[in-house]
Amino acid sequence: MLAMILAKGEKAVSYNNDIRPILSDNCFACHGFDPETREAGLRLDTFEGATADNDGVAAVVPGDVRNSALWARINSADPDEVMPPPKTHKTISEEQKLKLRRWIEQGAPYEKHWSYVSPAASALPAVKQTDWPRNPIDHFVLSQLDEKGLKPTPEASKEALIRRVTLDLTGLPPTLSEIDAFLADTSPDAYEKIVDRLLASPHYGERMAVDWLDAARYADTNGFQVDRDREIWAWRDWVIGAFNRNLPFDQFTIEQLAGDLLPNPTIDQIIATGFNRNTMLNEEGAIDPEEFLNEYASDRAETTVAVWLAQTLNCCRCHDHKYDPLTARDFYSMKAFFNNVPELGAGNYGASIRVNSPPQIKLPAPEIEAEIAKLRAEILQLENASAEAAKAPQDQSASTLVWTTLAPTALQSASGAALTIQPDGAVLASGENPAQETYTLTAPVTLGTISAIRVEALPDDSLPARGPGRAVNGNFVMTDVRMAVNPSAAAVRPVAFNAAVAAFSQEQFPVAHAIDADQSSGWAILPELGKPHAAVFALDAPITVEPGSTVHVTLSFHSPHANHQLGRFRLSLTDAPSAATTIVNQLASTNSQAADQIAALKKKIGELELSIPTTLVMAEMPQPRPTFILTRGAFNQPAEKVEPATPAVLPPMAADLPRNRLGLAKWLVSPENPLTARVTVNRFWQQVFGYGLVKTSEDFGSQGDSPSHPELLDWLATDFSTKGWDVKRLMKLMVTSATYRQGAAFTAELIETDPENRLLARSGRNRLMGEFIRDQALAVSGLLADKLGGPPVKPYHPPGIYEQLTGGGTTDTYVPGAGEDLFRRSLYTYWKRSVPHPAMLSFGTPFREVCSIQRPRSNTPLQALNLMNDPTYVEASRFLAVRMMESSADVPQRLAFGFRAALARVPRPAEMTILERAHQRALADFRADPEAAKALLAVGTKPADPKYDAAELAALASVAGTILCMDETVTKP
Amino acid sequence: MHSFDPLNVTRRQFLGKASLGIGSAALASLLNPRLFAASSTSGSPLPHFAPKAKRVIWLTQAGAPSQLETFDYKPGLAAMFDKDMPASVRGDQRLTGFTSGQGRLPIAPSVYKFSQHGQSGMWLSELLPHTAKLADEICVIRSMHTEAINHDPAMTLIQTGHMNGGRPSFGAWVSYGLGTMNENLPSFVAMVSRPSGKTNAQPLHERMWGSGFLPAKYQGVRFNSGKDPVLFLNDPPGVTSARRRAMLDDLGELNRITLDDYQDPETQNRIDQFEMAFRMQASVPELSDISHEPEKVFEAYGPESKKPGSFAANCILARRLAERGVRFIQLYHRGWDQHDNLPSQIKSQCYDTDQPSAALLMELKERGLLEDTLVIWGGEFGRTVFSQGKLTADNYGRDHHPRCFSIWMAGAGIKRGHVLGETDEFSYNIITDPVHIHDLNATALHLLGIDHTRLTHRFQGRDFRLTDVHGHVIGKILA
Repeated sequence: MLAMILAKGEKAVSYNNDIRPILSDNCFACHGFDPETREAGLRLDTFEGATADNDGVAAVVPGDVRNSALWARINSADPDEVMPPPKTHKTISEEQKLKLRRWIEQGAPYEKHWSYVSPAASALPAVKQTDWPRNPIDHFVLSQLDEKGLKPTPEASKEALIRRVTLDLTGLPPTLSEIDAFLADTSPDAYEKIVDRLLASPHYGERMAVDWLDAARYADTNGFQVDRDREIWAWRDWVIGAFNRNLPFDQFTIEQLAGDLLPNPTIDQIIATGFNRNTMLNEEGAIDPEEFLNEYASDRAETTVAVWLAQTLNCCRCHDHKYDPLTARDFYSMKAFFNNVPELGAGNYGASIRVNSPPQIKLPAPEIEAEIAKLRAEILQLENASAEAAKAPQDQSASTLVWTTLAPTALQSASGAALTIQPDGAVLASGENPAQETYTLTAPVTLGTISAIRVEALPDDSLPARGPGRAVNGNFVMTDVRMAVNPSAAAVRPVAFNAAVAAFSQEQFPVAHAIDADQSSGWAILPELGKPHAAVFALDAPITVEPGSTVHVTLSFHSPHANHQLGRFRLSLTDAPSAATTIVNQLASTNSQAADQIAALKKKIGELELSIPTTLVMAEMPQPRPTFILTRGAFNQPAEKVEPATPAVLPPMAADLPRNRLGLAKWLVSPENPLTARVTVNRFWQQVFGYGLVKTSEDFGSQGDSPSHPELLDWLATDFSTKGWDVKRLMKLMVTSATYRQGAAFTAELIETDPENRLLARSGRNRLMGEFIRDQALAVSGLLADKLGGPPVKPYHPPGIYEQLTGGGTTDTYVPGAGEDLFRRSLYTYWKRSVPHPAMLSFGTPFREVCSIQRPRSNTPLQALNLMNDPTYVEASRFLAVRMMESSADVPQRLAFGFRAALARVPRPAEMTILERAHQRALADFRADPEAAKALLAVGTKPADPKYDAAELAALASVAGTILCMDETVTKP
Repeated sequence: MHSFDPLNVTRRQFLGKASLGIGSAALASLLNPRLFAASSTSGSPLPHFAPKAKRVIWLTQAGAPSQLETFDYKPGLAAMFDKDMPASVRGDQRLTGFTSGQGRLPIAPSVYKFSQHGQSGMWLSELLPHTAKLADEICVIRSMHTEAINHDPAMTLIQTGHMNGGRPSFGAWVSYGLGTMNENLPSFVAMVSRPSGKTNAQPLHERMWGSGFLPAKYQGVRFNSGKDPVLFLNDPPGVTSARRRAMLDDLGELNRITLDDYQDPETQNRIDQFEMAFRMQASVPELSDISHEPEKVFEAYGPESKKPGSFAANCILARRLAERGVRFIQLYHRGWDQHDNLPSQIKSQCYDTDQPSAALLMELKERGLLEDTLVIWGGEFGRTVFSQGKLTADNYGRDHHPRCFSIWMAGAGIKRGHVLGETDEFSYNIITDPVHIHDLNATALHLLGIDHTRLTHRFQGRDFRLTDVHGHVIGKILA
């Protein structure tokens, strides 16, 4: 091994391949890019730094090992001198030292890190076995095998090929008729035809979506402690659809990052922006909204950079990068692109579970909209009729109150918001919009007595969602109303209220909260936004006011919900005697039949509106939130202000690109960007071959792995980005390569020399992801519901977990769905971040709290227990048994059928012997114990036809269950 | 699709040779899981030095118990009832939204009395009569502190060394580093109990015992009180243990044909995982059936101990797990979030936990397990000296307080009858010997024979560790 390296070492040492990994791993943490942690003023990540004169010594003297301090220090026997210092627990091997020596001797050339240099397609390398390559991929793979003296593995069997490619492209197994057709098709392009059929299947999009959902941290709940439901499945469906219609990856990028900023965006393009609303949302009580606004925007920057650029920019939240040329300024400049979303820092725990946190859009629901329009028309009719009736002379007791609008002479906002009086006497707030607010108004009183004050909350086009509040969703929470009357400046007389009424109050925010002792509870009006509201506050008893008096009114907005102040409001007084009684009477009198009907209709409209699905989307605030570099990442320690910008080490954004998300997205897919195409093809490669060409698919920085086949990676990246970012074309290229079509068996030689299959001398043999193990079982048993997309579903789930872990409340019990919901593909399973489905978790799914580019692989006994005992598999075994029963009257043929349904091949004699023995034993056993057979067949919810003999079906089901647990079944062939 | 697991390589290379050269019978005997501990990844063999503790039992009190009613005696506060806490004490400290809006910060002295216990004269609250009897066994740290002020980030920090999710939990790191001591049971077990009284029970996340970026095999296995102590443990109706055994024999034979075909070490690994699942089907019910424990055990753990899923019942299980070589046993008891009605709620919480915690300690001691078991009792942060909401002579609430809180540790390598650290007269700021979460974690690893700076895993180009870039072993509490 060593001899080989030395022999190779006679060639020029490559800084990128040989030297940077050594320096990065051992030296850069203290002698690298981050000036804060740079020791002794020495940096080794640049030629200038390494060769700089430092008190007459230089770390590296090109061509002169003897005078290079680096060489002396790494070879020192003195623990105080030797580098890296013993306390770091790092050591440089003799082999690495030889490389460093040779590199210094060769002049210590530095190179730009490979991934920052634009890829260039090289010519296809020559290969010895010229009839092996089927496409360019194979030239690169085979030439490296030639170099190592290895031979590719012969092509896999047709059965293995169709099962492999069907699983890879759709996440489902091939059907028996598909297998038969492929075996019968002897045309030279039989396999290509299969690939084309699979790429056209709607299940292709479902398969492709799963990895993307991990990267995008998609889930159906908000995360953090409270973890209530959210609605963003329309985005998930957008992803499936985008893969299925083969949306070019550059457009896929632009729409997800900035679809809302495109000219005249379609609703689909807006739905696509949900990518960056998959961030978590904290609804825990009493959190600081600023802290979490920072979390959300930072998460977007980190995720976007990880997914498109494979850089660990997240390290730069607290400090400049230790290994890569990325700065904290780069991090916060990227964050600035995502910091202008009109969203809540603290989620609204008080809101109905059906109300998504803004910004959000309603999905098209024409039938519901029509129904609502119909009800609205009915209300209008009823209102008109009532108005007519009201014009008729009425009994005095039911007379309406006369209100005198206050004309303020002084207006004050505690935060410095601008308050301006409108022609209709209303007050409009603009400018500063703090988390909490207090308005104080002074106005002359023209009445002799005051019995009540009315606060009208009015809509205005300048307000979010037309108001009446200034919160991003247009709501407000008025926590306190106070009034004082002063005949003179010296004698302010506070008044007390004894009743509060409003035609509408939000659930849990009754108007009475505005005059209770609790300074944080208040009156709110969600979801009746963009409409006028009024609340009347009646005095204990009417007070007499001396002429010339003024009234002081204080409206407070001190709830935990940030920015929930009134945006447009009007104050009026009345002198009607016993106003409180009148108000109550008035409410009672309007409680007529018409009012009842209107109320019922409005309730129905409210319910219908809530039944329209929504989805979280991105939007921009008219005025961007300022973004600052945060000292050590602390949200409350802003330092220098930054503007949106891409990392300085990469080619700059073109001057004509806007400095917003749209400009960023276009920059990501611009020809100058050296990373996006490489990172993307590498991730698709990982999906197909098990590992990326760059194994650290999440890190293309200096601590990441070098590509196993650099020329192949660059060839693929260039081909991809210059031929229309065509994902299906790329997938086809990969799965039709001879490399992909090899057999998967290990040999002793390969286990020894290439246990991870980096050289690709065989096909990767990897366990299926948890989702596809379940989907496969549902498919082979015939239970799979073939429906695409829609709201998340709840399949079988062990009882009691939610009750044990969650907070209590309506979303804290898992109620399994019914019918086809139990048998949908696993990517539609409801994903609760705090308690993901336990079966999926045991197969290593991430929690989907943050971006995840690779799933760590392992095998555990919990997986075995799941496959043996989860009702999902027990029921699937029973239905596979039904299919086996129906396939033939002959037992061996039935067994072979079940085996082939799962594995796409017929059992060999040795396997058949085991299956037959297992079946005979089970049959005898269940015949002797018919109760056991009945019990086993009763698992699950979908009954099997009672015509089958219980013992026979149970015996077949137990063999089917064994087949579903086989290593070969849960593994890609 | 999968990140590279260095452990797999070792195993692959090892098993690869084995399966081709030795044959599977001999192979099975080589499959000692201890071989797969992380020695190859951290660059130095584990443990790094002779461990004091073989296992850890962590009695996590979720929701943050008030130190003022339990371990941090502040006699001077009685005279300051309803006085405003001096602004200078608070300094620039953040408050949560719960109390930042309240006009006053009135001092609320503990309504519960303290007295001295044991030879050390340790001051403990009357709410902890059983713990008090073991004052000479435990080491109380009154100077714990953290940065997090909300439950989720604080609990995540204490469990994973970082406030944001995505990193492995303590137990996962230990499984990764040290492997298992019992091939029939998982090496990391977590159990959750709900309070018996009506209190604020904060939700918990599966991530608390998750494996983060480590492979799923290191994640904690949650034991439940229901009929399936481990998820999917029970065979379906109609499948007896004999039928399962026969099925596994068939499956093993089929899988060995696959192994011959592909020579894939993963196939052997899968065969072994099914066998371990079968062993767990026998060992877990035996382990979790506490009905055969003698009556005096239930008496020792108190009246709640016969209720399945209670903290007391889980403490008995913790002892049984410890006896069977489970390395990391973590109990969570929920319900410590006393924003209001603290006097009544904390009394109920102490009723749930005091007697069982003490009984567990006592039993471990009697059975000779305490000398190599580290026991930790505590929550994620402390609570404020001032009242949240209305303060009366016998009722008040307390808000979150990250600047100081109290925990206790006991057992392997820990000083007995010792108190570390002191807070100011308001139990607000630490005066001596501050101990950060990272220090606690570094110390616990140290007792397990692990240098916390050397148990690492490369992810996203960085060598991550439980203590991030922090942590010092707390020498002053080591025996």
